[in-house]
Amino acid sequence: MMKLEAIIQPSRFESVKDALREVGIEGMTVTEVRGHGRQKGHTEVYRGREYTVDLLPKIKLEMVLPDKLVNTVVDTILKTAKTGKIGDGKIFLSRVEEAIRIRNEERGESAL
Amino acid sequence: MKRAVLCCCLLMSLLVMAVPLPAQAPAAAAPASAGAADSSKEMNDKLAQLSQQVAAAQSAGDNAWMLTSAALVLMMTGPGLALFYGGLVRRKNTLAIMMQSFAMMGWITVLWALVGYSLAFGGNGPIIGDLSHAFLRGVGTAPNADYAGTIPQLTFMVYQLMFAVITPALITGATAERMKFSGTMLFMTLWFFVVYVPLAHMVWGKGGLLNASLGGKFPCLDFAGGTVVHISSGVSALVCALYMGKRVGFPKQPMPPHSLALSFIGACLLWVGWFGFNAGSALAASGLAASAFVATHFGAAAAAFGWSAAEWLKNGKASALGAISGAVAGLVAITPAAGFVRPMPALVIGLVAGVACYLMVTKVKALFGYDDALDAFGVHGAGGTIGAILTAVFAQTLVNPIFGDGKPVGGLDGHWSQVGNQLVGVLFAWGFAMAGTIVILKITDLITGFRVSEEQEVEGLDITQHGEEAYYLES
Repeated sequence: MMKLEAIIQPSRFESVKDALREVGIEGMTVTEVRGHGRQKGHTEVYRGREYTVDLLPKIKLEMVLPDKLVNTVVDTILKTAKTGKIGDGKIFLSRVEEAIRIRNEERGESAL
Repeated sequence: MKRAVLCCCLLMSLLVMAVPLPAQAPAAAAPASAGAADSSKEMNDKLAQLSQQVAAAQSAGDNAWMLTSAALVLMMTGPGLALFYGGLVRRKNTLAIMMQSFAMMGWITVLWALVGYSLAFGGNGPIIGDLSHAFLRGVGTAPNADYAGTIPQLTFMVYQLMFAVITPALITGATAERMKFSGTMLFMTLWFFVVYVPLAHMVWGKGGLLNASLGGKFPCLDFAGGTVVHISSGVSALVCALYMGKRVGFPKQPMPPHSLALSFIGACLLWVGWFGFNAGSALAASGLAASAFVATHFGAAAAAFGWSAAEWLKNGKASALGAISGAVAGLVAITPAAGFVRPMPALVIGLVAGVACYLMVTKVKALFGYDDALDAFGVHGAGGTIGAILTAVFAQTLVNPIFGDGKPVGGLDGHWSQVGNQLVGVLFAWGFAMAGTIVILKITDLITGFRVSEEQEVEGLDITQHGEEAYYLES
């Protein structure tokens, strides 16, 4: 099992979600987050006072995947979340030891 | 006493008019048959009755407008100013700044009723009134001929009260986000007595030092409160901001307005309420009120344009905050001028004020580095000063022959020395507000303290001063 975390542009979220549903992804956790990587923020001016807003709104997707789906999902996200501009986000993958469904205590990939 | 009798007569004549005609007819018919002497007496009675009815009709019209105006001016403080300032602060201080305005609506009203009105408009001293109207003694439905001969004195009293309410509330823009509530209440109470009431008397009160029409030494033109309201509050705001120091984190930490949508609504309410403030200052539903109404609207519009244009040139964008700030600056500047200038000069005054106040809050403030959090000085102090001086330039006897029929009023009439009078008034108001405020600040600091602790400031005034939050997003 792998955990996938993807930080993407809010404007791409709906397309990514639809594409993931098409390749058979049934569950995900979504959070509205703020942050930045190499992309610098923008400037706002209030009565002459300039504020650099460097933490920009992003969407974070989290899902735990059976090994055989990982490549498909990564490809799908790469394809649909890309705008080609700086600030498109990142994907992180990490190994997951165990998954347990709370309702019936199923374990492993069948709990996903 | 005489006026009370007169007023009773007016009321009775109104009642008589409401009674069905047959009741009157026999009474009128009887003396008609009793000879020429009686007939001329009847004529005189009739004339007297008619003139009473005319006066009653004028009073009804004027009173309707003045009561409406009083309500409009109250609306400027709440919700107008409360929303305007409320949107400009950070989320954690929203209720506190709104409460500071609302508290003035309640507390200043009480002070005004007890002695404030009397000290401002009773008597005829040069500096301050007297206690002849304390507890509103003698203030009833009869007019006070010194100030407004066609409306009940009660109307005049409550209209002037609304000005006394909004003026201290304006100061809270400079002290926003760091002033104790207890300190606010004590400071505003003292400020009302030490700065507002004497200044209102000096400019508007009979015999006041700066009064233009009722025997002042330095006749200063201030139609609706450029010196009394805006210079006094703006300059006091600057003194408060300097005395208090900057907010924790200013200017490094960003402190953007938490809801410009609230500020936008507030500014629009201020604009509408200002018609009561300025056009109401004619104290009658007259041609002068119409003139002031138009000047007010034109001043606001031109200033919104001026500020926006300056900002557009400088930043490449015309912001909503800029447009509404400009409108308020224009309203401030046109306040002393509204009842003295024609529509075209009103556009000029607005345009100048819009650009000048933009430079004040963006350049001058940054240059000196004081933290006038919501620009109470930059808009009210600066706008009020510009407006007061330009009033002297553009005032015309054609609009308002305040010095007597046909006598020149301002620069356009060739009476340039009025600019000098005006400067005396402005400098006096600056000095008076500064001196009074410094003394009051010291006293307040000794008794309740003025500023919250650093922890409280970081946590926010809503929780620490009032025990509640403006936005409880979990519920």
